[in-house]
Amino acid sequence: MRGLRGFVVRRLFLGLVTLFVASLIIFAATQALPGDAARSFLGRSATPESLAELRAQLGLDKPLTTQYWDWISGVFTGDLGTSLANSLPVTEVIGERLVYSLFLMVIAAAISVPLGVALGAVSARRRDGVFDQITSVITLGLAALPEFVVGIAFAVIFSTTVFSILPSVIVTEPGVGPWHYPKELVLPVATLVVAVVPYTARIMRASTVEILESDFVEMARLKGLSERRVLWRHAVPNALAPTFQVTAINLAYLAGGIVVVEAVFNYPGIGLLLVYAVRGRDVPVVQALALLIAGLYVVLNLVADLATILVSPRLRTSFS
Amino acid sequence: MSVIPADAAPVVGDGERHRPWRVLLATAWGQNRTKIGVAITASLVVIAVIGPFVTPYPPDQGVEGQLPFASPSGDAWLGTDTLGRDTFSRFLAGGYTVLVLSGLSTAMGVALGVVVGLTAAYSRGKLDDLLMRTMDVVLSFPQIVFALILAATVGPALWLLVLAVGLTTIPRAARVVRGAAVEVVERDYVRAAEAIGLSRRRILFSEVLPNITSPLVVETSLRLTFNVAVVAGLSFLGFGLQPPAADWGLMINENKNGLVIQPWPVVLPVVAIGLLTIGTSLIGDGLARAAIGIERGRQGRE
Repeated sequence: MRGLRGFVVRRLFLGLVTLFVASLIIFAATQALPGDAARSFLGRSATPESLAELRAQLGLDKPLTTQYWDWISGVFTGDLGTSLANSLPVTEVIGERLVYSLFLMVIAAAISVPLGVALGAVSARRRDGVFDQITSVITLGLAALPEFVVGIAFAVIFSTTVFSILPSVIVTEPGVGPWHYPKELVLPVATLVVAVVPYTARIMRASTVEILESDFVEMARLKGLSERRVLWRHAVPNALAPTFQVTAINLAYLAGGIVVVEAVFNYPGIGLLLVYAVRGRDVPVVQALALLIAGLYVVLNLVADLATILVSPRLRTSFS
Repeated sequence: MSVIPADAAPVVGDGERHRPWRVLLATAWGQNRTKIGVAITASLVVIAVIGPFVTPYPPDQGVEGQLPFASPSGDAWLGTDTLGRDTFSRFLAGGYTVLVLSGLSTAMGVALGVVVGLTAAYSRGKLDDLLMRTMDVVLSFPQIVFALILAATVGPALWLLVLAVGLTTIPRAARVVRGAAVEVVERDYVRAAEAIGLSRRRILFSEVLPNITSPLVVETSLRLTFNVAVVAGLSFLGFGLQPPAADWGLMINENKNGLVIQPWPVVLPVVAIGLLTIGTSLIGDGLARAAIGIERGRQGRE
C-alpha cells in the first residue's frame, strides 16, 4: 500500500499548489487590478472620506503583499472578512448556502452518474443499434445546450405554459433547508442532471466499446460466460476509470452550472450569492466564493483519482 | 493502396502537407450532421446579421398603444416585453452581440492557446511543466466564475467579457494543441528545419502548426459552442450588454418574471441560443468524426 499512499500524498501536494496559485489569481483579479474595490463598491456617491474609510476597512491602504497575507491567513483561521453588503462576517453569509448548494449537487450527481454509466454501457453493448443511435443524437444535442436554456425550457414546459405541475421558483424562509421543498427541487436537479449525463454517457460508451474489443473480454466470452455477465462484471468495472475522471471534471464544472441554475430557479445557494455579490461589488464575498469553487474542483479531482484506483482492477493490483 | 506513408513528405514547403484541413473540411461536409449543423448555424447568423436592419419597431422603445407583456396581436406579432417593447423587433436586433462576443473570445483564446501549446510541446522540460501547470490552475475555475470574479471589481463591460471568456479558453485549447504537437515536433521535417537553422517561431508556425490543423479545427468548433453558452449565460445573469440594449441573454433576464402571461420574449431567445449551440456542436461533431476517419484511413495505409 506504500505506492498508494505516495500517490495520494503527491496528489494532495499538487492540489495545494493549485489552490495557492488560484488564490493568487483571485487576489490579483479582485484586489490588485487598477479599479479598486472600495471605489467600485461606493460608486459615484464616494466622498474622499468614505473612500478612505472603506479602503482602511478592506486594508487597501497597506502594501499588496500584506493585503494578500491578511486575506490568506484569514482563510486558515476561518476569518474571511466582512461582507460589504450587510456587514455580516463572510463565513456567516456563506454558511448554510454552501450546504444548500452541496445538497443540490450531491443529489444531481447521485442521479446522473449511475444514469450516465448505465446509458453508456447499454449503448456500447448494442453498438450502432437503434438505442445507441437515439442516445447518441440526444446526448450530443443536450451536451451542447447551456444550462439556463435547459432550465428555462423546463420552466416553460412544466411550470407555466404547457403543463402547470411543478413550481419554477423556490421561495424559502431563512433557516429552512431546501430539502423541505421536494417539489421545488425537481426542476433544478433535473437541469443539472441534463448537464452532466451526456458527458458521462458518451465517455462511458467510448471506453466500454474499447474494452469490449479487448483480449480479456474475449477470454471471458470464450469461457462461456453470458454476454450480460461479460458486460457488467468484466467490461464495465474497467470502463469506469476514464468515466470517473470525466465525471469529476464535469461535477466541478457544475459549480459553474450551479451559478446559472440557481439564478434561473432562485435557489438560495452559493451560486445565487455569487451573482448578487458580483452585482453589489461585494469583494470579500466574491473572493471567498471563488476560492471555495476552486477548492471544490481540486477536491473533486482528487476524489476522482482515488475512485479510479479503487474501481479499476488493473490499477488496484499494481498498487498493492 | 499507396505504399508511401502519408506523413513521409519531409520536403520543406511541400504543398499538400500544408493543407490537411481542406481534406478535413471536405470529409466533414460529406456527413449529414455537418450539413444540418451548418444550415442551423447559418440561418441564425443570417437572422442576427440582417435582423437589426429590418425591425418593425425601434427595439429599444415601447410600442405606442401597447401595454407591457401584451399578447401577440396584429400590431406586435409576438406581443410586447416587460416594458411594452415589441418582442419580435428586440429578437431581431439582439442576436449579433452573442455571435460577435463569442466569436472574438474564441479567436483570442484559441490563438493564445496555440502559442502556449506549441511553445510547451517544442520546449519540453521546465518551461513545458510551468506552462501546463499554470493552465491547470486556470482550469480550476469554471469559465462563468472566472468572468464573474473579474466583473466584481471592474463592473460589467463588454471588453471584460471577451477578455474573461478568451482567457479561460486558452488552457483548454493549449492542452489539445500541446497533445497534438508533442508528436509532430519529433518528425524528420522539423529536425530538417532545425538543421538548416530556421528560427524557433518559423519552425513552430510554418512547420508544426500546419500539421496539427485537424485537432485544432475540431477544438475551435467545440470551444465556440461552449463560449456561446458562457457569453449568453453571462448576459442572462446581467453582466453582458446593459439595458436598454437588445440582446438575447438580457431579454431572457428581463422577461423571466412574465413567463406565465407572455412567454414569447423568453421563449424566442432561449430557442435561438439553444439552436445556435446545437448547430455549432453538430459542425464540431462532424469535424471530429471526419478527423478520426482520416486518421484511421492513414493508419490503415501504413
